[in-house]
Order: sequence, then C-alpha cells, then structure tokens
Amino acid sequence: MSLVKTALRTPWFWAIVGIGVLLAINTLKDPSYLQIGINPTTGLVAGNLLDIVRVSAPIIMIALGMTFVIATEGIDLSVGSMMAVGGAVAMQTLATIDDPTSVGAMLAAIGLAILLAVVLGAINGLLVAVVGLQPFITTLVMMLAARGIARVITGGQNTNATNEPFQQLANGQLLGLPTSFVIAIVVVVLVALLMRRTALGLTIESIGINPKASRLAGIRPRPILIAVYVLAAALASIGGLFSVSEVMTVSVSGTGNLMELDAILAVVIGGTSLAGGKFSILGSTIGALLIATLNKTVLFLGVAAAATPAFKAIVIIALVLLQSERVRSYVLPRARKNATPSGPARATAEVDGAGERSVA
Amino acid sequence: MEPLAIVEVHGASITFPGVKALDDVDFRLLPGEVHTLMGENGAGKSTLIKALTGVYQLDSGEIVVNGHARRFSGTASAQAAGISTVYQEVNLCTNLSIGENIMLGHEVRGFWGIDWTKTHRRAAEVLAGVGLADLDPRAPLSTISIALQQLVAISRAMVTDSKVLILDEPTSSLDAKEVEVLFTVIRRLRDQGVAILFVSHFLDQVFAISDRITVLRNGKFIGEYLTRDLDRGQLISKMIGKDFEALRALGSNRQSTARDRSATPVFSAEGLGRKGAFEPTDLDIHAGEVVGFAGLLGAGRSELARLIAGVDKADSGRTRVKGEEVALTSPVAGLAHGIAYSTESRREDGIVGDLSVRDNIMLAVQARRGWLRRVPAREVDRLVTTYMTRFDVRPNDPDRPIRLLSGGNQQKVLLGRWLATQPDLLLLDEPTRGIDVGAKAEIQETVAELAEGGMSVVFISSELDEVVRLSERIVILKDHRRIGEVINGPGVNAEQIVSVIAAESDVAAEAKAEALAADTGTTPSDEGVNE
Amino acid sequence: MSDSRTPPTALAEEVSSATRTRSPLWERSQTFLPTAAALVLLITMLVYAELAYGRVFHAGTISSLLVSFAPTIILAVGMTVVILSGGIDLSVGAVVAVSSVTGVIAMGSGLDGWLAIVLMIAVGAAFGVVSGVMVQYFGVQPFIATLAMMFLARGLASILSTTPVVAPEDSPILLLATDWKLVDGPKVNDFTITPGLLIAVLVVIGAVFFLHRTRTGRSVYAIGGSEPSAQLMGLPVARTRVTLYVISGALAGLAGVIYTAEVGGKAQNITGIGWELDAIAAVVIGGSLLTGGVGYVLGSVVGVFVLAALRLIITKDGSINPEYLTIITGAVLLMFVLLQKVLTSRKRS
Repeated sequence: MSLVKTALRTPWFWAIVGIGVLLAINTLKDPSYLQIGINPTTGLVAGNLLDIVRVSAPIIMIALGMTFVIATEGIDLSVGSMMAVGGAVAMQTLATIDDPTSVGAMLAAIGLAILLAVVLGAINGLLVAVVGLQPFITTLVMMLAARGIARVITGGQNTNATNEPFQQLANGQLLGLPTSFVIAIVVVVLVALLMRRTALGLTIESIGINPKASRLAGIRPRPILIAVYVLAAALASIGGLFSVSEVMTVSVSGTGNLMELDAILAVVIGGTSLAGGKFSILGSTIGALLIATLNKTVLFLGVAAAATPAFKAIVIIALVLLQSERVRSYVLPRARKNATPSGPARATAEVDGAGERSVA
Repeated sequence: MEPLAIVEVHGASITFPGVKALDDVDFRLLPGEVHTLMGENGAGKSTLIKALTGVYQLDSGEIVVNGHARRFSGTASAQAAGISTVYQEVNLCTNLSIGENIMLGHEVRGFWGIDWTKTHRRAAEVLAGVGLADLDPRAPLSTISIALQQLVAISRAMVTDSKVLILDEPTSSLDAKEVEVLFTVIRRLRDQGVAILFVSHFLDQVFAISDRITVLRNGKFIGEYLTRDLDRGQLISKMIGKDFEALRALGSNRQSTARDRSATPVFSAEGLGRKGAFEPTDLDIHAGEVVGFAGLLGAGRSELARLIAGVDKADSGRTRVKGEEVALTSPVAGLAHGIAYSTESRREDGIVGDLSVRDNIMLAVQARRGWLRRVPAREVDRLVTTYMTRFDVRPNDPDRPIRLLSGGNQQKVLLGRWLATQPDLLLLDEPTRGIDVGAKAEIQETVAELAEGGMSVVFISSELDEVVRLSERIVILKDHRRIGEVINGPGVNAEQIVSVIAAESDVAAEAKAEALAADTGTTPSDEGVNE
Repeated sequence: MSDSRTPPTALAEEVSSATRTRSPLWERSQTFLPTAAALVLLITMLVYAELAYGRVFHAGTISSLLVSFAPTIILAVGMTVVILSGGIDLSVGAVVAVSSVTGVIAMGSGLDGWLAIVLMIAVGAAFGVVSGVMVQYFGVQPFIATLAMMFLARGLASILSTTPVVAPEDSPILLLATDWKLVDGPKVNDFTITPGLLIAVLVVIGAVFFLHRTRTGRSVYAIGGSEPSAQLMGLPVARTRVTLYVISGALAGLAGVIYTAEVGGKAQNITGIGWELDAIAAVVIGGSLLTGGVGYVLGSVVGVFVLAALRLIITKDGSINPEYLTIITGAVLLMFVLLQKVLTSRKRS
C-alpha cells in the first residue's frame, strides 16, 4: 500500500508510465512493434526497442550532465552544440589520422573530443562561478560559439570517416544491447558513484538548495560550479560521439541541434526541480528514455521529426506550470503552506524581525 | 482637544501558518503627529504596517480611513486612499532620475506623451515642499546618498498629497547627521498636518521625534502612550513584557567566576568593525567563558557576531585566535580557526531544507574535509548518533528532510552541525527564538555544559533574562556600538542592563555600567568600551 | 539628542554636498558609455572595411545592408523592451518561422492578403501572451518559458510544413519589398529602400516614443531597475510585463512579415534559427544591461549595425572563413557582457 503511494509520488514512476503508454500506442498501430528478433545478415539483435535504447544513449549523456547543472540552480544551453563539437573532433581526427582504422585512432578521437569539451566546459564554469555571469547567457553564448567551433574544426563540411571500432559504438552490441547504450549506463553508474561515494553530490545539492547556508557551513561554491559545467560538457561530448558513430558523419548544423531542450526536459521529468536542489540520476536517465521513446513514436506515427519539439514544449510547459507556486496552491493548498517558509524567495509570509540585519 | 483620527484599526488579526502575527490589535493615527510603533522581534510591527499598506489582508478586524472602512487589495489601493510608505531599504529605482522616481505613475502628460519639462518642474516643486529645493530632479538617483534617497521617497509620497506617511525603519542605515536632516523633514510634514507612523529600533530617535507611542508585543496591543508620559525604562519593560519588579526578581543566581583575564584569550579583536554594521570595538573571549551580547533589536548583536566569525568581512581592526593574528575573511576561514557561527535566521541561512538531518549535521565537517574525501560512514553514524541522542532530536530519524522537523529540533540539529566541527568558539545567535520551552531549556543546558568543557560561547538573545542567566560576562550593545560590559554575579539582573541601554547618552550608560560593576564587586574590563 | 529644531543649514549642507561631489552629467553619461563604445566600434569597422575593401561608404552597399537587416532591427527592438524589464525572449527566431509559414499558407488558401499579414502579427502576439502569462503569473523563469515557446513555435511551423511554402504572386505582402529608389546614383550606386525598411524605422521611432514618453514605457525601466520597488510604488507591474512579451511576440511576427516579403514570399520552418541570438547580441552590444533597467532602443539599432558591419567585412574579405562568423559574434557578445559586468561592478563599489 505505502509502496504504491511512494511510487505514485516518485516523478520517474510517471515517466515509466509515459513510456508504457507510448509503447502501447505504437503496438496498437502495429501489433508487432515490440517484437525483437535476430537480423539474419548481421547476426545482431534487432527491433524497435533496440532502436529506442540506441537513440537514448546520447540523450542520457546530456541529461546526466544537465542534472547537476540544474541542481546548482544553473542551466547549460550549450550541451547540443557540445555534442557537435565532440562529433566534429572525432570525425576530423579519424579523417586525418595516419592509421584511421585502428583502435588507437578511435581512442585518440575520443580523447581529443572529451579534452576540447572539458576546456569549453571550464570556460562556462569560470564565467559563471568566477566572473558571475548568468548561467543562461553564458551558455547561450557558448551554444553559439561551440557550434561555430565545430564548423571550424571540419571546415564547414559534414565530415565523414571510417573506423570500424568507432562505428561499433552505436552499431555494435554487447549482451544483446547497443554498445553505446551499455557504455551510457556504465557512465551513469560511474558518475553516480562519483556523486555519492565522494561528497560532490551532497555539496551540489546543498549549494542548490540553500547557497547562503552552504556558505556559512564552509562550502566553497566556485570549484563545485566549475566541476559541474566541465562534467556537463564532457558528457555532452560523449553523447556527440554516440550520435555520430551511428552514421559516421558529423552534421555541423544538425548534430545535437535543439537537443538542449531534450536534456532539460529529461531532467525535469526525472524530478529535479529547475529551482535547483535534490537531483535524481535515475530519474534523469528514465526521463531520457522517455524522450527517446517519444522521438521514435512521433516518427513511427508519421509526424515530421522536425515537429517533435512542439510536443516536448507542451510537456515542459505542463511540467513547469505544475512546479509553480500558483498551481500548487490550487492543487495542494496544504502542501503549499508547509512549503512556503523554505520555498523560493517569492514566498511573502514573513513575520517581524526577518530584516534585522542590514549588512550589504 | 484631540483631532479626529485619520486612520483607525479595530481588532485586527492576521494568522500565518503556526503564528498569530496580529491578535486583535487596535491602533489609531492622528493628523499632525508623529506616532511610533514599538515592539521587539515578532511583536507584529511589520505585519501591521503591511496590513496598512495593502500587502497583507486582515483575517478579521477593520481598517478605517477618514471614517470609511477600507479593504486594500494592494499597495496601489492603499496609496489611492492616501497612505504612503517609505521602507527601510529604499524602494526606488536607482536606474532612474530623482524626478522620475518621484513622479513614476504620475508623470505630466501632453500631446507628445510624457512632458518631461513639466514633469521635472512638478518634481522640483514637491522636492521644495520637503525642503530640497536645491536638488536637481534630472540627476540620477544613484548619485545621491541613501539619506537623500530616503527623502526622495518621502517626496514621492507627497506627490499624491498623502495624508498618512508610514516610515518603516527609515533611519537604520543613516548616520547621526543624516537622521537630523530626516527629522527636519518629518517635523515639517507633521506641521503641515500629515499623520506620520514611525518605526525605529533606536530609542533616542523615538524619544526625539515622536508625540505618541503604541507598543505591541507578541502580536498583541499593549498600550498607547504619550511620549512625554513615558520614560525609557518603562517603555523597554513594556516591550519585553516584564515590569521592573519581575526583572529584578530575575537576577541571576550565578556566582561570579574567578577568571584569570591575563591569560591569552581564545579570541581577541582590536578595533574590529565594519562600516554601516558595527563601529570598531575591542573584545576578548576566554576559554570556557559564556559571553552574552545584550541589546535591543537592531543594536548590532548579529553584526558583531558575524564579524567575529568572518561571515561578514570586517573593514577595520585586527583579530587574534589563541594569540596568533589571523584574517577572518570568510566562514571558511572562521571555521578553519575553530570559530563556528549559528545564524539567527534558521530557515534562510541555517538549515538546508531538503537535505536529511544526517547531511545537515555533517555539512560543516564535510565542507572542511573537502568534497573529495567523504567522511567515512562509520564516522558519520557516530557523529549523527552522538548529537541526535545528546539533544534528543525528534523524530529520531536521521534520513528525514530537516525542513519537516519542528523549529526546536532544527535548532538542535544545527547545534549538532557546529559542535561536530569541534569549535573553540561557538557563536549562538538567537538559538532559542521561536522554539518550544522544552527545547529552549535543553539548549540553555547545553551552553552551560559546553562552557564547562572548556569551549567559549557567545550567546545572543532578545530575551534579556536568558542572557543574564547564562552569561559569565555581558557585553551591552546599542545602536551598532558597544556601550558597556558587565561581569555577571549574584547581584546582576535584567533591569540593570535595561537601565544601561535606556541611559540617554553614552557617558551616562558608561557611568551606569561602572556603577553596576561596583555594586557587584567586580570591575568590567575597561579595555574596549568604545566611544 | 535634543528635541530642538535642527538649523535648516544641515539639510542644505547635505544637498549641496551631494550635488557638489559628483556631477550628474558625468554620472548620466556613464549609461551611454557602452553605447558610445559600440558606436566607436561600428565606425572603426566601417572605416577599416572602406580602406581595406572599398565600396563600403557607398549608397548601394549601405542601403542593401539596411534592407537585409530590417527584420533584425525589428527583433532587436522587441528584445530591447523585454531585456529592459529584466527578462529575455528566446522564442523570437522560431516565432518568425511559425508566423511566416502560417501567413503564407493562409495566403495560399485564399485568405485576403492583408488579413493574412495581420494574422502573422497576431500569431506572434499570441506566443507573447503565453510567455508573458507564464513569466508573470506562474513565476516561470523568462528564459525557460520562452525556450519552451521557441520549441513550440518551431515544432508548430514544422507541423504546418517541412518544405518551403510560397505566397501567390499577387499577394500584397510582396509589395513590402518594392524598391523605392531615393537617390538615383551612377551605375548601381542607388540609395534604395523598401517599405519593409520604412516599417522597421517606424517601429524604432514608435519604440522610442513608447519607452520614453508613455507611463507604461517608464514602468518597463522601473521593473527592470527593481521589481519590488515598482510593485511598492503601485505601478501596474503584472499588466506591463505581459504587455512586453506581447510586444516582443508581435514584433517577431512583424519581422516575419518583412522577411517573407524580402525573400519573395517564401516561408520555411527552418527560418530564423539563431536569430534570437543576433537580437540579444545587438541589444547587449548597444549598451542595455541584461539585468534590466538600463539601455536604449537606439543603442540596440547601433548593435544591429555592428553585427551588419561584421557580416559585411567577413563577406568582403573572403579570406575569413564564414564558419568563424558565429564564433566572432559570440566573442563580441561575450566581450560586451564582460564590459557591462566591469562597468556595473565598478559603479557599485
């Protein structure tokens, strides 16, 4: 009984319900939608579900990075462009390296892609944490600049390359699942360990929930903020690698285009509030799976892929409105009263004395 | 013959979740007088003002303006009824000109939209009306001092010919000369027949400017008095709710502790101060000593504590910890030198609401180790169990988000957080405010125990008797200055502290503090009584 | 402290010391400083381009540049109004797409050409209403609300059509791109404007009037300066803020009209990608503070010209990889954001 209640209150429970509903719709249209078989020519497991988890891999990566940025009450609008940077570096490396088909070439491509993203992420982090610019404007500029950098790297071309091991990222399989998805899950687990085995996760949440109290407790926010933006950029770059390995071509204007909303959406669906604070890595991962399912469903139902943003926008508007004080006060009048004191600054119920101190 | 009241409040009540902020309060404001609203923290002053300005709605009771019962739906409707307000933090737009700030929403319009020449001319007229004829209405607001901005805000109220002017702590960031300037303007308006509601924590100012005083306490109406019929001591005892006899009875039974004050203090400051927060002062705190900061609301108790802990950066003075000169420029530095500060605003900058009790206890210890080295689980369990049992935190569930705990339990968890860092000096700013009696007693006991164990504690509370009961030494603050110091002993009681605060001048205050010290047979350390 | 009256000199002293220490004129000119910097940058760029490539101070070049940047000017005006209030509108580029696709499809399906133009502006305004309500009444951060509208608009445009749609040849919208030769110069050196450019100029004039001569316009500055103050001053904050987003949306719709006319009645769902950034860059370069309260429409127009000059140089030069354009725009934007940061922090201290 209480298990059911807990489940109903868990945000990602509803994401799983959403995935179920979407799959059900598809099954209604084509009863064989969920079938999984072995492709006789490649010998690999094939099916719509595998397609879904394969396209989910890049989304999981950017959603994961976005989770921590949002938890600090920030935002990273540059993750889509960072995917393009990652893809461009990898493709250009493979296209120009001496021995393009080797595993070494693949590792070099991956290493360089992540390295450049780390540098760009550090710039984001420095501008936000040290210079004190608003996160959205900083990352908006980076969104613009990073896509330009991707263009410069490939000379404006949609560079393609051949490298068997690299191609296997998205097209190969491990344990019957797409390699990229397996890697994504491994990365999620590693990052989760990093967050919870060290105090990084606790510190991020603390800064996101109450920066003033965190400062008084002796937490230095700057290194944490920088780390968060670096991590987001690096993960986005890995997402870009997954994305380009599918077709072995980077599209400088297409790779990762408009995917920042996917990341934000996955995070919000997963239960992390845009106001910062507690984050849920599992929630964001399931949120990313829901978005991958939505992408595939829209395509399957014959709607133009370019139209999917409209559906996502409607979902995010609904979610954001549900998180707002005003809607909460209508839907849950009691919950609001309890939440008001520790809630956001808009809360007005203050009693005398809150303003005794006037230190500027 | 009293003129007819311009504003009357009858039986006003406002309830917030868990707090009755105003409880059946009556209030009236007569034209051509300055009327001060007095009360300690949580007395209901701001709530009443917000009700008068339309920010809050009354749950019951009524507001009558010029004989008509009114319901204000917002600041605009209060202004339409002729009630204007000037707040502590000047509520103007520094990005606009002086004239515009005065005229916003009332600009003079012509065929080509706003006629700036006429608008500025009108602004200049209004400025002249409060005696600021020389101020150029076209200059940006950001070019003038806070004091003048305050006057500009008052001028704005005059544009609409307000008959009622509410001044909510207008003097808190002004120096003495600026206060005089403000008072000149207030008197001028009073003589023009404007009814002025004045709120200030500064007793001297209240007595200098007001004709009438209404005292609130715990949301209740205590009484309305003519200023000339009331002396400072009476006023304070009405505010804190105990008459002089009761205060005297609350004398501490504390034995004065024989302490060697020549030993190297745990903490010592020379000329520690920060502009606008606290005037430079000297202070020594010895190991195992409980030092109470006594003073009325706004006396600078928190400000001084924050400077000591490095929470706010001092702009003058030197600090030593155990004899070694250190720069306390941030909370990190403070904690590193064994100084922990527990804030007075528990919700705003104490608890991290959504985190569990366990995480809240561990936060400062973890922050000191750095995020890479997580405190081992066994150590966490040990610390959390230690402090949760020691303070009997309820419910006894370390995984519960702290925001779901009662105020008293939150305070105990925070106490645990600071004690877990094993500080040498613990500054407790209003640790007992707004918590239940049981928790209060436990916290007081803890303070005594800690001091016995050798820790130095600075104890700040609005409740004087609490300070007197707990402290070994009491530092008396007033108007962001330190005005005296008393070593506690059997004869010391709250009334005497009040009389020091109520003294009309610093010289008198010092004399009283010294007399008090002589009575109890101890001498205050003469270092540091700052002029 | 005694109850006796303070000599009137205290007040006078205070006032005179306030007016003596800092000259208001200098203080006032500080808010022009970034705009002036942008103007200097613009002139430098133009002079450099003239010296390096020639044919820049040339009626033909200037007028064609102006005409092609007319939609950007309109977007920048809308963005200025929103940014002055301390908000942002990321949806304008996508709104251009959805309104132009909607309008052109309506024209094709037989709706009266003029009504279709009104429809295009109304579509933009409708998006503005939704953003404004979300921001004002539901407390959604402006960039989240308008980011959602950006995706909604882009998605709706794609649902309407993923291929370019073209207006019928007799559509009145095409009249907006008529060439009016003002100065008939030798060879192709004519100063030519279009009704579209004229509309952009009128929009700029209208915005200047709105911001400097109406109470609502002044409320915009007040909200941007300090929203709590504006609220306590009794200004109509809620109404003003929703109005701003409607203005921005409607202007995005209008920009869609002008752009569609300019490209011969062709509309596409991918029109306007990244235009919000151009608009924001123009506003910031022109001296408006992203935190609101400070800035001028005319400054934003200068900002648009800076972007135009940048593009001119890159096209004229030919050796600069056009791929660098976005990076350079980003770098210039960042530079001005940092300049703002330095100026405001110095002012505070």
